[in-house]
Amino acid sequence: MTNKTFNIIITGVGGQGIITLLSIINEAAFVEGYDVKSSELHGLSQRGGSVKSYIRFGKNVHSPLFSFGKADLVLSLETTEALRALVYKNPKTIFVVNENFIFFDKDISKDFITKKLNDLVKKNLYLVSASETCKKELSNEVVSSIYLLGYCIFKGIIPLKPESVEKAIEKIIPLKYLELNKKAFNLAKKI
Amino acid sequence: MKKEILIGNEAIVKGSIVSGVDFVSGYPGCPAAEIGDEFGKIAKQFGVYFEWSVNEKVALESAIGASFSGLKSLVNMKSFGINVCSDSLFPLAYTGTKAGMVIVMADDPSCHSSAQSEQDSRGYAYLSHIPILEPSDPQECYDFIKLGFEISEKFKTPVILRTTTRVNHQRMPVAIDEIIEGKNNKITAKFIKNPHQFCTMPPRVLEMKKELLEKIEQIRDYVEKSKTNKITGHLISQKFGIIASGIDYLHTIEALEELGLDLPVLKLGFFYPLPNKKIAKFIKDFKQVLVIEEVDPYLEKEVKIIAKEINSKVQVFGKDVLPEIGELNTEKIILAIAKIKKLKIKNILKFKNPVKIPRRTARLCEGCPYWHIFPIIKRIAPEGTVFGGDIGCNMIAGLAPHNIQDYLFSMGAGLGISHGVKKSLQQNSDKKTEQKVISIIGDGTFFHSGIPALVNTVFNKSNPLLIILDNRITAMTGHQQNPGMGQTGMGEPTEELKIEEIVRACGVKNVKLLDPINAKELEDTIKEFLTKDEVSIIICKRICALLEKRQKSKQHDQ
Repeated sequence: MTNKTFNIIITGVGGQGIITLLSIINEAAFVEGYDVKSSELHGLSQRGGSVKSYIRFGKNVHSPLFSFGKADLVLSLETTEALRALVYKNPKTIFVVNENFIFFDKDISKDFITKKLNDLVKKNLYLVSASETCKKELSNEVVSSIYLLGYCIFKGIIPLKPESVEKAIEKIIPLKYLELNKKAFNLAKKI
Repeated sequence: MKKEILIGNEAIVKGSIVSGVDFVSGYPGCPAAEIGDEFGKIAKQFGVYFEWSVNEKVALESAIGASFSGLKSLVNMKSFGINVCSDSLFPLAYTGTKAGMVIVMADDPSCHSSAQSEQDSRGYAYLSHIPILEPSDPQECYDFIKLGFEISEKFKTPVILRTTTRVNHQRMPVAIDEIIEGKNNKITAKFIKNPHQFCTMPPRVLEMKKELLEKIEQIRDYVEKSKTNKITGHLISQKFGIIASGIDYLHTIEALEELGLDLPVLKLGFFYPLPNKKIAKFIKDFKQVLVIEEVDPYLEKEVKIIAKEINSKVQVFGKDVLPEIGELNTEKIILAIAKIKKLKIKNILKFKNPVKIPRRTARLCEGCPYWHIFPIIKRIAPEGTVFGGDIGCNMIAGLAPHNIQDYLFSMGAGLGISHGVKKSLQQNSDKKTEQKVISIIGDGTFFHSGIPALVNTVFNKSNPLLIILDNRITAMTGHQQNPGMGQTGMGEPTEELKIEEIVRACGVKNVKLLDPINAKELEDTIKEFLTKDEVSIIICKRICALLEKRQKSKQHDQ
């Protein structure tokens, strides 16, 4: 059990399943006996706009938000949104980013964003082709967020046990999609 | 007690059920919508009645009826809802309640999901004289809603639970009582006539005001003793104290931890009435006090008044070191404390994003029927056409690539303003150059408050073109039932109100109901209706793309 509070920013574009991801991490941390708090946004901000959520777990968590430079992990479902979260970065912050670029402005290109991420986050950047892998292996892109979560858990980036996360998935995900989500989660074990 | 991870809104639902709520009404708005959504799902299971009302005023009035008939009620709405229902809220404070009533009023500092204004609804305490409780987190949402019902029953007053986005949508493990399904110890509803209490006719109304003001002082005595107003932290020798409430209290504790300071903090659970004596006692020996609150400086002003009487030397800080715009966070509070205490802060300001990225604004969903409508309106409208906007998914009309929105106000306001614009243009003698006016509104908003504006437009003879986008549901707030759907908030079948029949009954002669994927028909109708001397209406009826997808997936399951 870590003594220090673990701070995660989850970013992406509205509709990418951020709230589900957040609920699972919350539940898993709770299962392990941590105090946990998170903050999410609904409504207008979810309609295809930038979405940024906070999760924190540790011994004793007060605010659901944390300051700039205080993230242990930026978990992003989209590359541009990962770059937007740079203010939360300190020299140790890990960036796990889905190699998925969602166009929105003619002046912002995929290559520009990827280059900036590489230049600025350097060795702490893990660009993961989650969307592509999930499309190929599971014929479903929506679960790429769960695949990314699996990546963070099996690589030890998020200090939670795989069993706790699986338990959380079973609690949060409706039965109908459960198998698919578990597959996506465990798919990340192989890399 | 067991613990369960809940968002603030779920904790409000559970706390209400444990308090024995019988009757729940509301109007969906972010960040409060999940309260009604949840009741829609579970009401029957717990023997509770739930409705999505047509607007917040009617929602409150329904609950008043329930309270007068002896049922405990909960009303939920977003900040602006309190403006809509205020006309009935003020007399309710005068009459008081019969059975307990709590009103959830959810503000959205930083306007994450709000057009209109950055409203700090705590100000309604002064206008209405209704007690206001402010929880900081989901646990307090649960505890305070229970307390709210308790106070309401004890003092026969409605109680407002004032939340903010970061409380409604905060998640944490919450200790909850065991909730038993089924109708628990409900009393049968009975309306016992009592016009002395329920009618606010003069001269009785002024007597009622006197009773209300006396009641508030009794509640203040209760608040003075309440444990919801608590002092944490130490180091009194610092001669510096902090007063905070709601989510700001949590940021404050976080900020003090980051700064390594152990300062006394008075956390206020009540915003109104305030525990004046407790505040006086807290600030009595300080040299400096910092009041930490989001948006408007209500508390700061109150503390300054108290300070004047008790300790005129104390310096009270607030909006001079904290922003009046936008939500607060740990950084902003650290900077404020550092400024007062003249501390050197090393790191905090160096965090700036080296890459400038333009904003990714909200956009229409894939397959949204509005993709068929906005481009046609934009193309067909003659140069100089004025576009009225309204609240809901259709307000995305104001963003690129559409850019067809010249004003956006409150629910249903688009047509009211469009009438005023058109009426003004009609005063010009040159008819040839007269600008056209096209106003857009969604089905939910039309039912909420668009109808009076339409009646006014017909009655006072102006001729804008109103385009009603009927996507068969209240979509933006997460798919809630409205009167056009033939289904209530509890999922029961009901009369399906037809917009085309309503507008005809309002006296509109030029009415066209169409499916907007028929581009040619939409185009021709817009062209034709823009030449009319009376108001005309096009109803673009096509289901929300997300709803259609969900319905199909549901059918697939069956």
